Amino acid sequence: MIGASLGVAAYERAPEISGILAGARPVEDTRQARQSAKADAMLALSGIGISFGGVKALSDIDLEVKGGEIRAVIGPNGAGKSSLINIISGLYHADHGRIAIDGQSFSQVPASRLARLGVARTFQNLALFGGLSVRDNVASGRVYTRRASFVEHIANLPRARREDAGIAEKVDQTIAFLHLEAVADRLVASLPYGLQKRVELARALVAEPKILLLDEPMAGMTATEKAEMAGFVRAARDQHGVTIILIEHDIGVVMGLSDRVAVLDYGRKIADGTPAEVRTDPAVIRAYIGTADGEDI
Amino acid sequence: MAVQALDAARVPIDWQRLALPAVLVVVAYGLIPAYASSYLVEAILLPFLALSLAAVGLNLLTGYCGQLSLGSSAFMAVGAFAAYNFNLRVDGLPLAATMILAGISAAGIGVVFGLPSLRLRGFYLAVSTLAAQFFVQWALTKFGWFSNYNPSGVISAPHLIVAGFPLDGATGRYLLSVTTVIVLTALVWRLVNSATGRNFIAVRDNETAARVIGVPVLRTKLLAFAISSFIIGVAGVLWAFTYLRTVEPAGFNLDRSFQILFIIIIGGLASMRGAFLGAAFIVVFPLVLSRLGAFLFGGLFDSGVLDMSQRIVLGALIIIFLIAEPSGLSALFDRLKRRIGSRSS
Repeated sequence: MIGASLGVAAYERAPEISGILAGARPVEDTRQARQSAKADAMLALSGIGISFGGVKALSDIDLEVKGGEIRAVIGPNGAGKSSLINIISGLYHADHGRIAIDGQSFSQVPASRLARLGVARTFQNLALFGGLSVRDNVASGRVYTRRASFVEHIANLPRARREDAGIAEKVDQTIAFLHLEAVADRLVASLPYGLQKRVELARALVAEPKILLLDEPMAGMTATEKAEMAGFVRAARDQHGVTIILIEHDIGVVMGLSDRVAVLDYGRKIADGTPAEVRTDPAVIRAYIGTADGEDI
Repeated sequence: MAVQALDAARVPIDWQRLALPAVLVVVAYGLIPAYASSYLVEAILLPFLALSLAAVGLNLLTGYCGQLSLGSSAFMAVGAFAAYNFNLRVDGLPLAATMILAGISAAGIGVVFGLPSLRLRGFYLAVSTLAAQFFVQWALTKFGWFSNYNPSGVISAPHLIVAGFPLDGATGRYLLSVTTVIVLTALVWRLVNSATGRNFIAVRDNETAARVIGVPVLRTKLLAFAISSFIIGVAGVLWAFTYLRTVEPAGFNLDRSFQILFIIIIGGLASMRGAFLGAAFIVVFPLVLSRLGAFLFGGLFDSGVLDMSQRIVLGALIIIFLIAEPSGLSALFDRLKRRIGSRSS
């Protein structure tokens, strides 16, 4: 039953896949010279497992992400990609395993300290503050740097003013970086979907994180918007050196954008390597297009 | 004006917001004390001011921070009884200090009853704030100390003196009330437009996202309960000292809590102006209904019928508002203004 439905899903995606398999998007593999693996890991997961009501969503996942790389995690629906990001950001508690963020090891990442640990994220379904303007939404990304109390805010004391000015400057830079100037003072709820996705990226980037977790940043976008978003993600890495973990459904975008790709299926990691390696991996082809004998299709 | 209509979706500019309050201050301190009849002051303006302030307080908690509370009237009671006791037991305490201490007492109780908000949301939180309502009313009735062992439990409010000036007359009480309301409203207005206010909205709109970006969610919720209860507590002092002139637990029952919640629903959640529009509506509506009823039905429209029809019409109005205009009178007001604006240009 499950295999059959997966087969159908894979069948629908088949044209897209065959394009990739044919090497439609060549990727330079210079960065992938394997150096000392774990030594320079910005993020390392070891033996992560989680289950919901007896269903194993993730089992025994190891993932290692180097500083400054764009690391994609792909997989069919229900493969556990979002669970993985929710564990890294502390929203889910892993049943076992450890998470090391820039050298600090946790069995449970404290979500409320996530921003101070240098991790920012976006959400698969938009998680913006609809009652605030674009500018205020972006500014909220730096709330973790604020120290002034509400009394200082009401009385507009120097520290509150200084913080506001410092944050406003960073917000302006980020808004310019993501070309959001024209809508900066609009209520975020009044923007089209694609722009809201970009505002969410802005809110994450303004925090100047070391690690950026993107949960399907291009889901539901048009081809043009996807290309634009991919450009922003790459620019964020190139200009700010942020380490990016990218979960994405659109496998074409992933292959063109990422340095290394991990593939999940039914909560297990079935492949891990450069886009070129992953693209030819028989297990990946099986997960995405079904078995060779056509049983699942 | 046409440009303004086009930019409706944008966040309004500050100077526009400042013009209206400036006019209101002139009316409040110039025209009303000079010309208003004592009926207008006693029966309309004083309850309007106290309820407006309570609505401003509840709106901060429910409208801005998204925490539903049915305990407003309990926090008003705490404020009123705390003010009475501070005034009674501390010799020579200035009225302003009494009111601030009363507000702080209400804030303390508010934080205690806000603790469930760390675990509960929405409807469940509203039910848990009912505990405040019942507990406070019970405690104030049970322990005679709070009402200074007054046999009836109903105590008359103390003389109101500010800097040597007695304010016991209608105009004096009005000035005390309106000044308190203006000062606190201005402070709340500054708060909701500051980073703290935006934290409130962030917690309301998406608690998970707020937590992940580093908003101290628990502290923000408790702060909202504390500030909101402070303001509602001071509103309780105004209600008891300037409007009713008596302090009694029965005056702060569940009906009052609902009344304040209806004010912010009808007026518009997360809108400062909405609290005042809603309060004006709630205060004026029964008077209009009674005049209208007497005019149409004569002697048939007695106080029993008035009370009943008031409940029916108010209930229907709330349902209509929730369906047709969830943003309340405040949004209705905006739309009307835009329509007039676009017609004139």
